[in-house]
Amino acid sequence: MSDPTYLSLKDVTLAYGKTVAVDRLNLDIAKGELIALLGPSGCGKTTTMRAITGLMRPASGRITLDGADITYLPANKRQLGLVFQSYALFPHLSVYENVAFGLRLKRLDGKALDAKVGGGLELVGLTHLADRKPAELSGGQQQRVALARSLVMEPKVLLLDEPLSNLDARLRLEMRTELQRVQRESGVTMVFVTHDQSEALALADRIVVMKNGYIEQLGTPEDVYDRPSTRFVADFVGFENIFSVTNGKLKTAESDFPLPTGASLDSTVKGLAWRPSKVALGSGPYSGTVKGSSFAGHAREYLLDSALGPIKAEQAVPHDAYAIGDKIAFNLAPEHAARLTRMD
Amino acid sequence: MTGRLYSYLTLTVVLAFLLGPFLIIVAAALSAGETLAFPPQGLSLKWVFKVFEIESFQKSFALSMFLAIFGTLAALVLGVPVAYAASRYKLPFRETLRTIVSAPIIVPGIIVGLALLRYLVIPLDVGVGPALFIAHTALILPYAVRVVSASLENLRSDIEEAAVILGSSRAGAFFRVVLPNIRSGILAAFILGFVTSFNQVPVSLFLSGPGVRTLPIDMIWYMEITYDPSVAALAALLAFLSIAIVFLAERFLGFSRYV
Repeated sequence: MSDPTYLSLKDVTLAYGKTVAVDRLNLDIAKGELIALLGPSGCGKTTTMRAITGLMRPASGRITLDGADITYLPANKRQLGLVFQSYALFPHLSVYENVAFGLRLKRLDGKALDAKVGGGLELVGLTHLADRKPAELSGGQQQRVALARSLVMEPKVLLLDEPLSNLDARLRLEMRTELQRVQRESGVTMVFVTHDQSEALALADRIVVMKNGYIEQLGTPEDVYDRPSTRFVADFVGFENIFSVTNGKLKTAESDFPLPTGASLDSTVKGLAWRPSKVALGSGPYSGTVKGSSFAGHAREYLLDSALGPIKAEQAVPHDAYAIGDKIAFNLAPEHAARLTRMD
Repeated sequence: MTGRLYSYLTLTVVLAFLLGPFLIIVAAALSAGETLAFPPQGLSLKWVFKVFEIESFQKSFALSMFLAIFGTLAALVLGVPVAYAASRYKLPFRETLRTIVSAPIIVPGIIVGLALLRYLVIPLDVGVGPALFIAHTALILPYAVRVVSASLENLRSDIEEAAVILGSSRAGAFFRVVLPNIRSGILAAFILGFVTSFNQVPVSLFLSGPGVRTLPIDMIWYMEITYDPSVAALAALLAFLSIAIVFLAERFLGFSRYV
């Protein structure tokens, strides 16, 4: 990747009236990267995206693109693309004219226009529907028109707002592959907003996990999935057993417990978290009673009642090792734990 | 069974009251007699032809057409931005604005007419013609705002943002993306405004002067002097014109969605 600060946000604060939606955000995006802004609704991810496009002015901070300061550049001069969650196709125009809209504003016409629009429609596989109106298309097809409409403009950055959320499960998978292909073929820098961690993990080169207007964690999908660094991220990606750590001990509501193998922890580690699949059942220093057991296809999930509090565990084989009421030993191995530096 | 009979009876009476006067006028218009009367004496089209020969009718028809067309256009030029602002921006006084804009519908025409005469025409020395134009524009404005608002409500605002990101200016987005999509609402507002203005009596009654009379007022004048069936013939012609306009509007626009 060439320029690591192709798109750069420096101390960007975004506010709606007096409500601060994003607080001093710093983010550098490299050219050609595929970035996901991930977080629950209200975390500021959509607001951040709107600020990048210019639909919203930052209260303070700087945004630069390709070396130029675009903080106060109007949205129509930024040469960015945005695929809206609702697609926002122009209802009175045909698919062809929708895709041609921006090109016509650039005074393109005749053969040059035809070639560009044709290329765009071909890229998303909609050449045969060029004369239809948006209302005559399915959701997936509308999505593709919106994508083509943005791509033919050859934007410096293509932003997508919840690109897969309005599609059904099968289409979502198809569109995911499609987006990856488009990105590979066009090499365009992409930023997409999503609340769905699996979407972010599957698509992105890097994930920006956001909460309440802050970046919680920024890293590769592997980083975020395997090594969440805060309680919020751990919880978000499915670490269901989360404990505070003080002075090398696991802290629970009732009392403190020593770590199983006195493994030394950095003083910055404020918490440990385990996925249910990393809770080793059958042996270990802790014990608990099986309170619940349910079949989840790839494994059986157990809910244990222990001195540490409720523990969620998962065991692939055998499927029927334990029954409700069984007292079993288990282990929480520090080497399988995510080390959390923030527990708020 | 009695309930059903009762509702049929009610329906018949209502229809009779609604359609009765219209039928009576049409019948009177086709009379061969010399005075306005019902039942008509004989059958003839002579009064229908006579209408087109009466000079003052030609003049007042032209005035009414002018007011209806240009008053409505003026109301749309003012009303579309109001409707747009009210639907797109969270204006702090949005409801107040709507109420003010709707006032001419609620305030009785007699009062509007008297007020305009007393405080516009007399003290400011505004001519009756311009006063009529102002009055009609103001009367149509509420319809323009409401009908256009209704079609703006159905239009997502993010298409404007999409247009802007594709390189259009804000104003360009309005003309390229918003206007084409509310075209039928604007046309509906135009028809409604046109009919409202054309049929307007109480306000126009106060705002008439020598040689400046709208068609309905002229008809009243004419009737006071000449009591012949030509007024009925003209009324019938106007009624058919209105029906034709509304029928076409319904047919091509789904007019009733907006009213």
